[in-house]
Formats: sequence, C-alpha cells, structure tokens
Amino acid sequence: MPTLRRLARHRLALLGAALVLGFLILAIFAPQIAPHDPYKFSLRNKLLPPSSLYPLGTDELGRDILSRIIHGTRVSLMMAVISVAIGFALGTPIGAISGFYGGLFDILVQRLVDILMAFPGILLAIVVVAILGPGLWNAMLAVGITFIPTYVRIVRGAVLELRDKEFVEAAKALGATGARIIWRHIFPNCVAPVIVLSTLQMASAILWASGLGYLGLGAQPPTPEWGTMLGRSQTYVRVAPHVAIFPGLAIALAVLGFNLLGDGLRDALDPRLKGRL
Amino acid sequence: MAIPTLLGVSLLVFSIVRMLPGDPAVAMAGVHATQEVIERTRKELGLDQPFLQQYFRFLSGLLRGDLGKSIRTGRSVWTEVLERFPPTLELSLASLILATLGGVLIGVISAAKPYSFFDYTSMLAALLALSAPVFWLGLMLMLLFSVRLGWLPAAGRGSFAHLVLPSLTLAASSLALIARFTRSTMLEVLRQEYVTTARSKGLGERRVILLHALRNALIPIITVIGLRFGALLSGAVLTETVFAWPGVGRLVVDSVSARDYPVIQGAVLVIAFSFVLINLVVDLLYGVVNPRIRYD
Repeated sequence: MPTLRRLARHRLALLGAALVLGFLILAIFAPQIAPHDPYKFSLRNKLLPPSSLYPLGTDELGRDILSRIIHGTRVSLMMAVISVAIGFALGTPIGAISGFYGGLFDILVQRLVDILMAFPGILLAIVVVAILGPGLWNAMLAVGITFIPTYVRIVRGAVLELRDKEFVEAAKALGATGARIIWRHIFPNCVAPVIVLSTLQMASAILWASGLGYLGLGAQPPTPEWGTMLGRSQTYVRVAPHVAIFPGLAIALAVLGFNLLGDGLRDALDPRLKGRL
Repeated sequence: MAIPTLLGVSLLVFSIVRMLPGDPAVAMAGVHATQEVIERTRKELGLDQPFLQQYFRFLSGLLRGDLGKSIRTGRSVWTEVLERFPPTLELSLASLILATLGGVLIGVISAAKPYSFFDYTSMLAALLALSAPVFWLGLMLMLLFSVRLGWLPAAGRGSFAHLVLPSLTLAASSLALIARFTRSTMLEVLRQEYVTTARSKGLGERRVILLHALRNALIPIITVIGLRFGALLSGAVLTETVFAWPGVGRLVVDSVSARDYPVIQGAVLVIAFSFVLINLVVDLLYGVVNPRIRYD
C-alpha cells in the first residue's frame, strides 16, 4: 500500500491521526473516562478554578468542565459526522449526474450551486436554522446543507475528467447503463478527492456546529456541546477565565487533528488536489 | 453571470421566508398582533396573490429600497441594515489589510530563511490560527488584552482602540492562510532561473527577494486574498457577536433569536449581494493585475 506508507512518512498527518484517534476514544468511552457526571450541578461549587478534584474547574452551575468537555466530544463528533454525511449523500450523486450527463440538468445544478455559494460560510447555516429553529439536530442539518455545493463542485469536476476516458467508453460500448457506469466505473475513481474533502469538511463541521452553538442557535443547554459551553461562558469570563479557555482548546485541537489528517491524506492520495482542496 | 445569481439569491431568500412555519402574515405582524392587523399585513404583503406575482412585488420593493418593517423596532428594514453596514465594512477592511500585510510579510521572511527558527514558529502559529474557532480566539484576546492587561476596550465601537481586537481576531485565520501560501509560492519562485540570474548579477538578497521574486509571486497571492472575502464575511458574524460590534452580522444573529423575519430577509440579502459583487470585482481585478488573463 504505497498510499499508507506515504501517509506514515508524513509527520504532521500522523499527529493529526493521533489527535483524531484520541478524540474518538474520548467519545466512545466518555462515561468511563469522565471523572464526574457532566449534568450534575451544585451551586456551592460554581466557577471553581482548576483543582485536583476538578482538573479544569467548574462552570457557572458547578458542573465539572473536564467531564463536560469529554462528553462534548460525543456531541461534536456526532454533529460533524452527520452533517458531513448529509453533504456527501446529497452532493455526491448530484455532482456525479450533473458531470456525467451534462445538459440542462447540469446547467440548472451549476446555477443553484452558484446561488448557494453566494452565502458566505456560516450564513447559509444561520438562515436554515432561522427556518427550522435552533437545536442540535437542526444545526446538523443546516451545516450539512451548506456542505452540499462543495461536494457537487468537487465530484462534478472529478467526473468531468473521467467521462471521456477509454474505460468509460469501453463500458458504454458493452452496453452498460449510465447509472451502472457512474456507480461501478466512475465513482471508485473519485474516491480520493471525496475522502480528502470529507476529512477537511469534518474540521469545518466542528467549527461551524460549535459556532452555531456559541451563537445560541445550535445544541441547547444543558447539552455539553463545546460551542454552547463557550457561549455561556462569555458572561463569566472576567471572573473565571478557565470556563472559556478549555472548551475552545478542545475545538481547536479537534479541528487541527482533522485539518492535519486531511492535508496528509491529500498529499498521500492525490497530490494534484493541492490547489483545489 | 452575477445578475442571474443575484436574482436566484433573492428568489431563494424570498422563498425561505415563505417556508417559515405558520402563517407569514402572523410572523410578519408579530405574535401578539390582532386579527385586524394580521389581515392588513396580509394585504400589504400581497399574500392573497399568486407566488410569482408576490415575488415580483418583492423584487420591485427591493429595487426601490423597500424591504418592509422590522417586527422588533418597527423601523424600515432598509434603514436598519444600512445603519449596520459601515461598521461591518470597517471591520472587514481593517482585517483584510491586516491579513494581507501581515501574511505577506511573514510568508516572505519565512521563505527567505526556510527551516529557520522563525519559519518553524510562524508556520506552527499559522496552523494553530487556522484551527482555532474565531469566537474563542476573540475571547482569548479579550481576556489577555482587556481583562488582564487593560490595554484595549473589550467591546463596542468608537475609537481606533476599539477596532484593534475585533480586526485582529477576524484577520487571524486569513493572515495564517496568506502567510502559508506566500511562503510556498515564494519558495517556488526563488527556484526559478531569473532569480538565479538576478543573484549572479550581484544584486543584494533583499533586492532579489522584494523586486524580482515577490513581484512574480504576487498574482497567485492576490488570487488567494480574493478568495478570503467569504471567510471574512462569515467570520464577521461571529466576531461581531464576541465584541458586541454593531454590524450586519450581529443584526442577523439578533434577528434570528428574535424571529424578526423581515430583518433576517433584508440583512441576509444585503450580505449575499455584497459577497457576489465583491467576487465580481475581484474577478475583474485579476485582468488588471495579470494581463495574461483578460476577459473578452
């Protein structure tokens, strides 16, 4: 496997993989690892600085911040996985059909993508939340929808490159249907950009989902979500800075992990993608 | 290309307001409105007319600067949005200048001495700046410079000092990206033969880097800067919330929380329109900067 070997030689990618793996372990074994109950509050212990009992201190309701961050890993990773899955599941087939068949459908899809891309970054997600109302699931859906145009663009580009290759001609000559050609012959050849894009989108998803949480539009309290924790912390940041420092650090490390892994995967799988992803 | 996109954006935003749960007339008039007010709003909005006709009404209102009234304040949406526009413009421009100057400077120094201490530290810092969420970065800067050191104001707009922390926060990720990109482009350019020629003519290293290499690296760098506008506008929404900066982004967030749909509609339209127009200007500027790309 030359790809894996190339990835293993990429030191930053290994660091990224280690970070991602670390967060995965935290998410899976959150109840076993967390020292306290993330929901249990005691107003007597509110806003305590870090100590041996509460390694990262407590929040405004006296809940253990470390435990909330550990349980928050579950929430953030789940939100990221589901929103990336929404973008992938809808964007990939649309991009593939649009690139393969061309014609009026392609033109319409491209215009629609232009329109969706006219909403910078998180704004489209905010608009979607405005319709659906704030909350964990709606925030996931909102972030997922904003990812669709990117998948459409990347997959369409990859399909356009492959469409006129000999193996596609050969499949056509053998009488394969369009759907079969896309699924069996073209899609396996666009896996590389899709994997790289999905890894990098995981980083964006964590950033945007926590951004919505910070704005009060994402996961609602008392859910231990990193962005929501940060949003609540702003009121207390002057008296208890630790309340704001640690959840943000968790977001930054998780995003860094996925970014490094994504960059490494890109270099290992397909260095030509460098300018595009 | 820009005009169909703008039309599409307005149609999408318009449809979104129609997709709101419940009766748009009730939403527009407010939950506590009387039946009479709701009926009047329905008439005013032309909700008894077919969809397309409603859309054209909305479009002509848009062209005349009539976007309806805010539910929260009762003022014209157009005035509300226009009032919030200059602060966002100020913040974005300050950040763009900071990101460009800082990014190119750090990138050039890193490329001039690759694998040096400066190169490693600045590229590591860039990696961290690209991963840190903008609202957290803002809080941390606020914590350090206004709460701990007391050097700069923590929130609001007014003096130049108020602008420092928000623009630094918003600039950080763009600065990091521009620095990384400048470094790799410069390293590539410095390997070119004309750079060797310039060096062999006996020119000083500073002159070679600034006059011969940087000039040729600038075009791809400008392209990347042009691509950062979207990130800047998106980051502005969060940065404005952290620093209570009275811009359009903050207006959108407040209106979403207050379910003030006419303002959401107006503010989102204005942001999307400016984004499309900025992209158009950037595209046209490429032709000026790089005579090899000219649009027919």
